[in-house]
Amino acid sequence: MEELWYGLVRAVQLIVSLDPEVMEITGRSLSISVTSTLLSALFCLPLGSVIHFYRFPARRMVISLIQTFYSVPTVVVGLLVFVLFSRAGPLGEMGLLFTPTVMIIGQMLLIAPVLLGLTISGLSGVDRAIADTARSLGASAFQTAVAVIREARFAVMAALIMAFGRAISEVGLAIMVGGNIRGFTRVLTTAISLETSKGDIELSLALGIILVAIALIINLALNRIQQR
Amino acid sequence: MAFIEIVNLGRTVGGRDILKSINLKVERGEVFALIGPTGAGKTTLLRLIDLLDAPTSGKILFDGADTATSTQERLKVRRRMAFVLQKPVVFNATVYENIACGLKWRGLGGHELQRKVDNLLDMVGLAEYRRRNARTLSGGEAQRVAIARAIAVAPEVLLLDEPTANLDPVSASRVQELIARAGDGKTTIIMSTHDMAQGQRLAGRIGVLVGGELLQVGSSRDIFTLPRSREVAEFVGVENILNGVVVMNEERVVTVDVGGKMVEAISDYGKGEAVLTCVRPEDITLSLARVSSSARNSFAGEIVRVVAVGPLARVEIDCGFALVSLVTKRSAEEMGLAKGRQVYATFKATGVHVIKKDA
Repeated sequence: MEELWYGLVRAVQLIVSLDPEVMEITGRSLSISVTSTLLSALFCLPLGSVIHFYRFPARRMVISLIQTFYSVPTVVVGLLVFVLFSRAGPLGEMGLLFTPTVMIIGQMLLIAPVLLGLTISGLSGVDRAIADTARSLGASAFQTAVAVIREARFAVMAALIMAFGRAISEVGLAIMVGGNIRGFTRVLTTAISLETSKGDIELSLALGIILVAIALIINLALNRIQQR
Repeated sequence: MAFIEIVNLGRTVGGRDILKSINLKVERGEVFALIGPTGAGKTTLLRLIDLLDAPTSGKILFDGADTATSTQERLKVRRRMAFVLQKPVVFNATVYENIACGLKWRGLGGHELQRKVDNLLDMVGLAEYRRRNARTLSGGEAQRVAIARAIAVAPEVLLLDEPTANLDPVSASRVQELIARAGDGKTTIIMSTHDMAQGQRLAGRIGVLVGGELLQVGSSRDIFTLPRSREVAEFVGVENILNGVVVMNEERVVTVDVGGKMVEAISDYGKGEAVLTCVRPEDITLSLARVSSSARNSFAGEIVRVVAVGPLARVEIDCGFALVSLVTKRSAEEMGLAKGRQVYATFKATGVHVIKKDA
């Protein structure tokens, strides 16, 4: 018990004193996850809109499939990316394994189902009358789609935040394809898992507190948006 | 060639015929009202005219050209129209942006756009709400935004679906004023309503739509005084519709046998024809004693029920057949009209409208 107390005090000291290592790991975690969220959104928002607006055979099947992958285990995505980018893998030539780049690629894949699915359900939540109103006022098919997406903007924002939350809190993928290399691919979650097994409870606790704080901020933001 | 010509238009959804072979011509600059009970197909017809949906059968000619063309061509035609849906829907954006959207979609921008939108905001009396989110407006205000948004694009055809159905009386009259102003003689207005009085007040011509069929089209006066069928008569408020048979026709003065009582009317139908005789309740005069007057029809009867309807009293009488008369409440009080009282119901032969009974 005393050890935990001591650890907590030290952890707070590390945070308050802006310890270089703590700051560096936090910064990397944020930048990797923000990048992967934004890049994934770049593909998923248009693709989700297309799936919503175009009626095609097996559309419902595709949506069910996307929803199935909401909670795909991070280690499974990690395994897939590892196999793809390992020396002998089809993309091994690129030499990206154990770099931040491949971590971003992995996270993009990991959160794509959440982004796609929540975009689609956000768009489906828009009153049908909105599309009718837009068309009746002379909007083309594309302009109508933009109007509907604008109406769903808060739902889409919520999707982005949820996706970011999943990206920054996952550990399996980051450790498998990132390798937890100090000063290069070490992020909050991988550092916590390593330092704890090494017995450095203080650093782990400090990083844990930061991770929880980030989760708290994300949830506050999400609540604010969902109240609109 | 009429501006909008609808030929044998039908729409079937899920095996149910929503519209059955509609034929209608609307001229440029006309204000036309579709009246009919809810579920009659008014919204469906308006949506077809606005090219939002495609008909199952038949066609719509717009300005002489068939509208069953490519998506691009249909968009071009749709951009000459504007449609205000029954439920006022506003975009989750400012009032200004709501009114500007139709113009933006047509490629307008800059000062021209701002000037037009500002004018409209003044016109609908929402200038002070310019920057407010339209979602925060009341139903009446939202409907005014919806109408301003439609008028903004200077449509050649303005379609309005039950524009006042969900509004309180004050908001409704403001909206009606806006519609009346939009009917400037250049804009063609096609509106639907289940409020007969509104149709009468705003429209030049009226079409009665019941059960997906356009039963009668004509001037509002004709529709209200000369309904062509029982459905139309019932819908336009003719409460006395009596089954009878013509027994005599002398120089267009017909005598109709209604359950043994003889009713005189003006009509072309000959002897033996099964007819419906329609008398509007406000055309029936009640008296306590038989009066001698030029009115050809006078029947003794007993009051069955008296119900107050605003300033009027609705008196139901049994005189061998049921009759309903509307008198002022004051008359009813002064005459002591009450259940069981013997009265005479009198109406003129010219106040009776005779419809041929459908086979």
